[in-house]
Amino acid sequence: MSRIAAVFQRLAGQKRKALIPFVTAGDPAAGDAVALMHALVRAGADVIELGVPFSDPMADGPVIQRASERALRAGVSLDDVLGCVAGFRKRDGETAVVLMGYANPIEAMGAEAFARGAQAAGVDGVLVVDYPPEESAEFAALMRRHGIDMIFLLAPTSTEARIDQVARIASGYVYYVSLTGVTGAGHLDVADVGAKLAAIRARTGRLPLGVGFGIRDGESARAIGRVADAVVIGSRIIQEMEQSPQGAAAERAAALLRGIREALDRP
Amino acid sequence: MQMYDLPDSRGHFGPYGGVFVAETLVHALEELRAAYAQCREDPAFRAEFAHELKHYVGRPSPVYHARRWSDLLGGAQIYLKREDLNHTGAHKVNNTIGQALVARRMGKPRVIAETGAGQHGVATATVAARYGMECVVYMGAEDIRRQAANVYRMKLLGATVVPVESGSKTLKDALNEAMRDWVTNVANTFYIIGTVAGPHPYPMMVRDFQAVIGRECLEQMPELCGRQPDAILACVGGGSNAMGIFHPYIPHASVRLIGVEAGGLGLASGHHAASLCAGRPGVLHGNRTYLLQDAHGQIVETHSISAGLDYPGVGPEHAWLKDSGRAEYVTVTDDEALAAFHDCCHYEGIIPALESAHALAHAARIAPGMGRDRILLVNLSGRGDKDIHTVAERSGITI
Repeated sequence: MSRIAAVFQRLAGQKRKALIPFVTAGDPAAGDAVALMHALVRAGADVIELGVPFSDPMADGPVIQRASERALRAGVSLDDVLGCVAGFRKRDGETAVVLMGYANPIEAMGAEAFARGAQAAGVDGVLVVDYPPEESAEFAALMRRHGIDMIFLLAPTSTEARIDQVARIASGYVYYVSLTGVTGAGHLDVADVGAKLAAIRARTGRLPLGVGFGIRDGESARAIGRVADAVVIGSRIIQEMEQSPQGAAAERAAALLRGIREALDRP
Repeated sequence: MQMYDLPDSRGHFGPYGGVFVAETLVHALEELRAAYAQCREDPAFRAEFAHELKHYVGRPSPVYHARRWSDLLGGAQIYLKREDLNHTGAHKVNNTIGQALVARRMGKPRVIAETGAGQHGVATATVAARYGMECVVYMGAEDIRRQAANVYRMKLLGATVVPVESGSKTLKDALNEAMRDWVTNVANTFYIIGTVAGPHPYPMMVRDFQAVIGRECLEQMPELCGRQPDAILACVGGGSNAMGIFHPYIPHASVRLIGVEAGGLGLASGHHAASLCAGRPGVLHGNRTYLLQDAHGQIVETHSISAGLDYPGVGPEHAWLKDSGRAEYVTVTDDEALAAFHDCCHYEGIIPALESAHALAHAARIAPGMGRDRILLVNLSGRGDKDIHTVAERSGITI
């Protein structure tokens, strides 16, 4: 069983929801990633989405773009990101790690080399934002051969035919972006999300559903937790770290996540 | 040559093109693909487009024999396709009219665009005024500073210009920001992309609208000089003017197609915008194509004296034409383009856009080595009034 599947199985047994923080590798500072990941796990993370910095993060909002820019200024490459995961794995064999990023850095490394490197480092899943299912059948098969789950996005505008297409090649979990927009934007309509998730679940079966984009605090996380299997929180954590005094970013991010964990677990 | 019918149904030109976007954009692109497929087959749409090109843009644009310059070069005869005489002064308006008509058919009252030098922004603001649409143009903060006159033009035409402060604050960042707007406001918004790049169907749709340039040449050249040219030259940034004049000539195997990229300070300097000549294939802005990128796959900043060529990617159909050998691609430096700019002013009484001056420079480079009976057709894609400050500055003159 994959590490991601094991995480969701364990949580289902405890009747708890998965908490998935997103951070960009190398932000706020190049050497911080491993310590930050451990701090997030202590604060209640079940899966960590680790952003691979890219110069043109088209589907992200300004907050995550700034994180990407800081990491790139610090010289963080995809090799370095794999190094972070390997470093994290020395002390943590349970928390699942999903790399989230764009196609070009992966293609520059070479898909085969990436697959080998990611497997060796202990990566559990990959979400390539600009690889929709119809452009990534080969890549998804390659990931599968290396024991890595291919995570796909679904949106409020995804048709039934597309949901079926994603269901055929996705594994690990499916990431539903709850707003038709970019990361870090706008407000959230929980009833709307719930209805759409039910429609998706009818077609994706047992695959866990995570929801992201627009979750900012314990209350919104708790509301989403009632209808989803996992709650993803990204821009809000990065904002918290941006506003932290130097050296306190990991601590502040962990404190924020801990509050959300508590809200999510409250009966 | 066999029949050329690219792209395939999902927008691929061989290994290039495609739809490399986040799921949030897929539905909007699907809707656009379906709407454009209908327009493309609809005689009423085609008639309306042709009517607008004739009466609003002033087409057909003439082909002109640059006789004096040709004589001075002492070789091939140079002919100029005068896209600079279009309304708004460049080829860009052919495409913005086409897309605005599609937007109207789709019932979208708001159009958005990205712009670098401001030419596509002006062309979009122009048609938005013409058809009574709300218009928002995204432009890098750095470009806004460099192109104050075009910013004011857009405002005169009723558009809102939004400065983009992220990344390098230039064209590619404006494109990212326009995509974000589209994802957020897709219900009432049509995104007018200015070049033959981006996710399918944009490269095909923009090419179709610009192909009027080449279709006119197919008729005009035999009328004017009794035959088709030996070679066609056009500058390539994103590649829309080049694709427009090349496309109808692809089946005419005896006509060489030459794309001219911005060599900036020279390829060896690293300061250029020659994606095809010096880049590697990758994925950016929704399509697979040649990109200027570092060893880690990060997109690098580009340089050209001409803002309209200053882009790290290129349309996927050009990538395909390069690999297949049907078109050839070369570079011209800032200095060479400037020299051609001045020559065109002095010998022909035409102030060309700095973009177009790249194509002129390569024509002037190869003409002397060819016989006087050879014919070069250069796409003079725009007029150079917008560039006089840049040129003056290079000569140490403040206007």
